[in-house]
Amino acid sequence: MNCADPANRYASAALMQTLPFRPWSSIGKKLLNGLTGLLLMLFIAAHLAGNLTLLVGTDAFNAYAEGLHRLGVIVPLAEIGLTALVAAHVLSAVAVYNDRRAARNVRYTMVASKGGSSKQSVFSRSMIVTGGVLLVFLVLHVWQFRFGPSIAEGYVTLLHGEPVRDLYRLVVETFQNPLWVVFYLGVMVLLGFHLRHGFWSAFQSLGLLAPHTRALAFSAGGVVALVIAAGFLLLPIWLFLSADPRAAAGVVMVVP
Amino acid sequence: MTSATNGTRSYTLRIWRQSDNASPGALVEYRVEDIDAQMSFLEMLDHLNDTLERKGELPVAFESDCREGICGMCGIVIDGRPHGPVPNLTTCGLRMREFESGATITIEPFRASAFPLVRDLVVDRSSFDRVMQAGGYVSVNCGQAPEANAMPIGKDVAEAAMDSAACIGCGACVASCPNASASLFVGAKIRQFALLPQGQAERTRRARRMVAVMDQEGFGDCSNHGECEAACPKAISIENIAVLRREYLRTLVRR
Ligand code: HEM
Ligand code: FES
Repeated sequence: MNCADPANRYASAALMQTLPFRPWSSIGKKLLNGLTGLLLMLFIAAHLAGNLTLLVGTDAFNAYAEGLHRLGVIVPLAEIGLTALVAAHVLSAVAVYNDRRAARNVRYTMVASKGGSSKQSVFSRSMIVTGGVLLVFLVLHVWQFRFGPSIAEGYVTLLHGEPVRDLYRLVVETFQNPLWVVFYLGVMVLLGFHLRHGFWSAFQSLGLLAPHTRALAFSAGGVVALVIAAGFLLLPIWLFLSADPRAAAGVVMVVP
Repeated sequence: MTSATNGTRSYTLRIWRQSDNASPGALVEYRVEDIDAQMSFLEMLDHLNDTLERKGELPVAFESDCREGICGMCGIVIDGRPHGPVPNLTTCGLRMREFESGATITIEPFRASAFPLVRDLVVDRSSFDRVMQAGGYVSVNCGQAPEANAMPIGKDVAEAAMDSAACIGCGACVASCPNASASLFVGAKIRQFALLPQGQAERTRRARRMVAVMDQEGFGDCSNHGECEAACPKAISIENIAVLRREYLRTLVRR
């Protein structure tokens, strides 16, 4: 343990100089993963709040969607920002997962949790699986609605006398198909899993938790996961059960 | 010594045997008889080695020194848990009364790429030493011991620093971590110095260097499973990992 010891392979190395901050170090990756996870959670909460206008009806939802599009240049900026957030989140998460595999080259024959204060759970252990499903879902979801049929394809309605994209019709039609309903329900349960560990974990990754706030954040994570998952579960079920089945055939969607 | 809790017991042990890091290893089964309930886990292994040597077989290699929970040498994985089933206890403090007579007990070495296997249950934890060499010290030539009250430190701060300094460097945090991360160990060292005036001069360099060497040694990243806190014989809190991240973030803006 002597700096002059030739066995100390770091003694004269570049390491003894002042090192830069490394965003891709083990700690840097977690700061990034936690920050992006936290921002994605904020987006998801806002997304859910906006989507709840689906419960109010056609005009409320289309007005909400149109209102967002009126924001002009903010829209493409937000789209780029969100894509960057997801990309940074996924890359840092996959890097953590890869390091984990390299860091234990021989597996245990038997593994058990000590219990006690351990936060290890099916949720914490399945982050890469639930995250992977979320990634596939996100691509499908954006393709389906963001790049789905629009005014040109006849999905148009009048709002305050002006023609706008009838996103409501697209959403309602989608959730007439029980396969889409089941798919969305499954993914939203897994989103709840991701947030059950992710919520408190993000604060811990950003170095924000002391023992008493940790207990609070851990409990709050359960509530957040439940509320977000339940909110997103409600929408497909509601639309499937309440929408006029003729809507799927386009019968009542004649534009006045 | 005749009551049920004090009576003698027998066990089936499945122990990882491997002559060196390059050779293949395997779990080998042994029977041990006449084990007293109050024996420590290590005394039970001594007993096994005694019988093995009498038969002319090679004893099971395992490490221990103080046998009173302060040196951090005795870490092994018992039935999938570092230091055995009791939270916050070293293997040397573990008693055989925790195991029902007749039980089968699986014993493996700590597993991490940064802890290469030496023999049987012995692993090389010198990667921890190299992390310490990177910044786990205060390089102030302080001469004689200073007058005790020359540098006042509040009791709460002293206690908090002491909680981190309680780390015995046994490696159970790494062994218990699904990612084989050393974040709790490094976090405890960083926080201990970050809290005290003596640690301020090298605070930024310490955080950057210790993190760099931790990564270079091949430890994994922390996914906040929190298993390390439960496995730690000294119950060192994962608050130390939160502080590690804070200290690393701080180096973004401080030299
Ligand atoms: C729907 C958007 C998503 C949200 C709201 C979200 C949220 C979060 C949060 C809050 C965390 C905790 C961060 C931390 O531990 O510091 C996290 C971790 C994680 N996320 Fe996501 N996530 C999303 C999408 C994804 C996707 C698409 C993946 C794909 C790989 C993913 C993979 C992971 C993994 C593997 C972790 C754990 C990282 C670790 O082990 O340290 N997430 N996520
Ligand atoms: S032998 Fe020293 S801590 Fe167990």
